[in-house]
Amino acid sequence: MADHTEHTEHIDSIQTYGAVWILLLILTAVTTAVAFIDLGAFSVVVALCIAVIKMLLVALFFMHVRYSTRLTKLVVSGAVLWLAILITFTLADVWTRGLIGTPGR
Amino acid sequence: MADQAQAHAVETLALREQFDTAAQQRDAVTLGMWVFLITEVMFFGGMFLAYTIYRDIYFQVFALASSSLNAVIGAVNTAVLLCSSFTMVLAVRAAQIGHRRALVIFLILTLILGFAFLGVKAFEWNQKFQEHHVPGPTFHLDGTAEQGHAQLFFSLYFAMTGLHALHMVVGCGLLTWLLFQSLKGKFTPEYMTPVDISGLYWHFVDIVWIFLFPLLYLIDRHLGR
Repeated sequence: MADHTEHTEHIDSIQTYGAVWILLLILTAVTTAVAFIDLGAFSVVVALCIAVIKMLLVALFFMHVRYSTRLTKLVVSGAVLWLAILITFTLADVWTRGLIGTPGR
Repeated sequence: MADQAQAHAVETLALREQFDTAAQQRDAVTLGMWVFLITEVMFFGGMFLAYTIYRDIYFQVFALASSSLNAVIGAVNTAVLLCSSFTMVLAVRAAQIGHRRALVIFLILTLILGFAFLGVKAFEWNQKFQEHHVPGPTFHLDGTAEQGHAQLFFSLYFAMTGLHALHMVVGCGLLTWLLFQSLKGKFTPEYMTPVDISGLYWHFVDIVWIFLFPLLYLIDRHLGR
């Protein structure tokens, strides 16, 4: 093994992965249970918050982003940025249509 | 020059000629896979956005249609998929530490769970056909006059879950290939790139479902009843 020590690749323990897995299952149960409670407009907020937490758990632990290079982390964050641009600008358009009149009509 | 010739002669899968070190090659591989996954994020992102906009416009009927889905089956299937991600990460770990038997076992488990997810999905789709919830001439959703807008929900439902399932089928294909390769003993702690990046792909497909499940099945249940 001594000749392989040059790669400082991090390997998580089975316990760590197991804990993440149990947490993911608990969060799934929670988000399903919450859906049957009337929270009004907050049900979307709660569901998306839980989904984002689950996504972070999967990405950081299962997909090893925690131990990735800074360049990979930057690229991964880039995905969130591009998605945010797509969603924000499209919704900004759709939700504000008709707020101002069309010139000439 | 002699050194260079020698360096070329020892080119391996773990260290290709164009890389300085094996670690550099691994970093490049991870980065490349993530760039591909970003294109997938944008691909699914477009559909999530379409769903968001139409859900916003036809709020009532979307809530009704969403509530007709079985949240318990959806939750069970989410659990199945999360379990498959767990076995996949253990397969990657087994490859990293060079446990061939464990790698084979965890790949088989992941494959079984992947098929289980697709089986449940097929059962759900079959129910949609029986309930006439498939967009088309025979479509009917009880409790609304807006049949067209209800069909829009189910069109998005089938497009999103269908494309997700297609990604699962591709994933199962990758797993089968990995299984045969690992049985042949192709993967070592020095070279397990295919296992590693297939793992990234599998977890990504899991993340897509993590968002699909609440958005399609859960968020409007309180309104639909």
